[in-house]
Amino acid sequence: MLDAETLSVTLGRKPILKGIDLEAKAGTLTCIVGPNGSGKTTLLRALTGEVASSGRLRLDGQDLRSLKPEALALRRAVLPQSVPLAFPFTVLEIVRLGLTGVPGADARSLPAQALHRVGLGGYEGRLFQELSGGEQQRVHLARVLLQVWQPVVHGIPRWLFLDEPVAALDIGHQLQVMRIARDFAEAGGGVIAVMHDLNLTAMVADQVWLMTAGRIAARGTPAEVFTDATLAAAYGCAIRVSTPPSDGTPFILPQAAA
Amino acid sequence: MVALTPPASSGDRAPRAQKVTLALVALLLAAGVASLAVGAAGVSPWAVLGDWLAGEAIGLRERVILLDIRLPRLVTGALVGASLAVAGAVMQGLFRNPLADPGIVGVSAGASLGAVLVIVLGGLLPAGLVALAGSHLVPIGAFLGGWASTLLLYRISTRAGRTSVATMLLAGIAMAALAGAGMGVLIFLADDAQLRDLTFWNMGSLAGSSWTRLAAAAPVMILGLLAVPFMARALNALSLGEATAMHLGIRVERAKRLAILAVAAMTGAAVAVSGGIGFVGIVVPHLLRLAMGPDHRFLLPAAGLLGAALLIGADMVARTIAAPAELPIGIVTALAGGPFFLWILLRKRGLVDL
Repeated sequence: MLDAETLSVTLGRKPILKGIDLEAKAGTLTCIVGPNGSGKTTLLRALTGEVASSGRLRLDGQDLRSLKPEALALRRAVLPQSVPLAFPFTVLEIVRLGLTGVPGADARSLPAQALHRVGLGGYEGRLFQELSGGEQQRVHLARVLLQVWQPVVHGIPRWLFLDEPVAALDIGHQLQVMRIARDFAEAGGGVIAVMHDLNLTAMVADQVWLMTAGRIAARGTPAEVFTDATLAAAYGCAIRVSTPPSDGTPFILPQAAA
Repeated sequence: MVALTPPASSGDRAPRAQKVTLALVALLLAAGVASLAVGAAGVSPWAVLGDWLAGEAIGLRERVILLDIRLPRLVTGALVGASLAVAGAVMQGLFRNPLADPGIVGVSAGASLGAVLVIVLGGLLPAGLVALAGSHLVPIGAFLGGWASTLLLYRISTRAGRTSVATMLLAGIAMAALAGAGMGVLIFLADDAQLRDLTFWNMGSLAGSSWTRLAAAAPVMILGLLAVPFMARALNALSLGEATAMHLGIRVERAKRLAILAVAAMTGAAVAVSGGIGFVGIVVPHLLRLAMGPDHRFLLPAAGLLGAALLIGADMVARTIAAPAELPIGIVTALAGGPFFLWILLRKRGLVDL
């Protein structure tokens, strides 16, 4: 379980996160949504230990800040929004960087499996910089998946942190990537994802944190959070939430905004 | 950033890197032997070796020329070349930028200033300290100067884990100019004997090589070179930025401090023993990335080998092209490296788009 109490982040003098309490269980997928500048990415960075924060922050009962980077790397993997790359690495060389806690016997075959998982089987020998933006994003997803290949190790869950994992992807690959995240959670791992697409969020999330101005303004299942009043207040425009007749998943049509 | 030869379809360039490394070992050995054989005095190591094997006495002249002139020069050239090339590779990894080079971004200038400071103002230091450091004083001054400038450069050009190419290059120019001004002031203050020592820094030459001089600087260079293999994994991860390196389990701050120290040690000691020799640190890693890919586990040792071989070769050119006079080796490396640097700039114009 990932839990925090009065989690706060200040960049310069500006408070970005203002005393957030939260809790996410392993085996579930949590999506962080909210308008631009509401602190979604900063919250994710605080949870991964990338930015300094105050307040209590624990990963499966352990103080997250007391864990050294090498120990933390075995417990969670992080997919950032964009990754700069300085040198002409091949796809295989990039994916292999995720081999942090994988025993030697698996190290040979797993990179190819991870690439296959994200739909890039056979791309090993391509130069990373010659790929399209969406392909590059999925190469990094393969690297991140490799880092936490087993969602649960010795009874301890591992965590995936994804910052807008589908931003650069076409709809087919959006569904594929959300499927991968969903499978990871169903296999016992924990997933926290920053999302912009409310409909994809409604489809896959067990829990939604709706952020506004550095606080979690609403939390719960997609059906609980995605209501006309809550979304309108958060995004500053009148939004209509609808449900398809089949399964009750809410969906939001931009065309229906007043 | 197109590779000369497309990577193997498997994407695994480790076997190729191992082959290249073996070829570089052979190249370095050949360069070393050739360098021992070439010189103004016309002494052949083969004839001497033949005499020695035949049990004949070796003349004093031959012994002095081979063991006290050519050999220390060969070892100095190899160590300086390896240090400059590896320092370049580490710096490029640290700055995530194939254009970073101790000579170009002002680290060598900082190291020179440190050395010149010690030469001119060393007399003002407490006598006890001078006696303790002995002949190491100049390499130590150069190391401290290089360290300070690398730290400063990193502070200036890196913000939120990203290094700006433009800021780095411009800050390097400013720092080199500042160091140059500082050296100008010191030269103004220097007496005649110190001036003779100082001229040496502007040239970049292996001509003054001797076992004594080498003994002062070699330990620093070797220490830096030995520290480098432990950084390969961190530098690979740092290619994806500081945040991702941390996510992959790298202690980023520690890795950065270690890399900066190693760059300063290698550059400082190389500058202390041979003055400013440019472009080795940018040409060697760049060629190797084309040949075997950017994986630092292979790149760093290979850079050491190729840098050593290259500088030994350049020294042979410097010694023979205007024989019996000698061209400063810094001129040879600049003549070859300058156009090469421009070529990289032209190919990667997008990268340094100011």
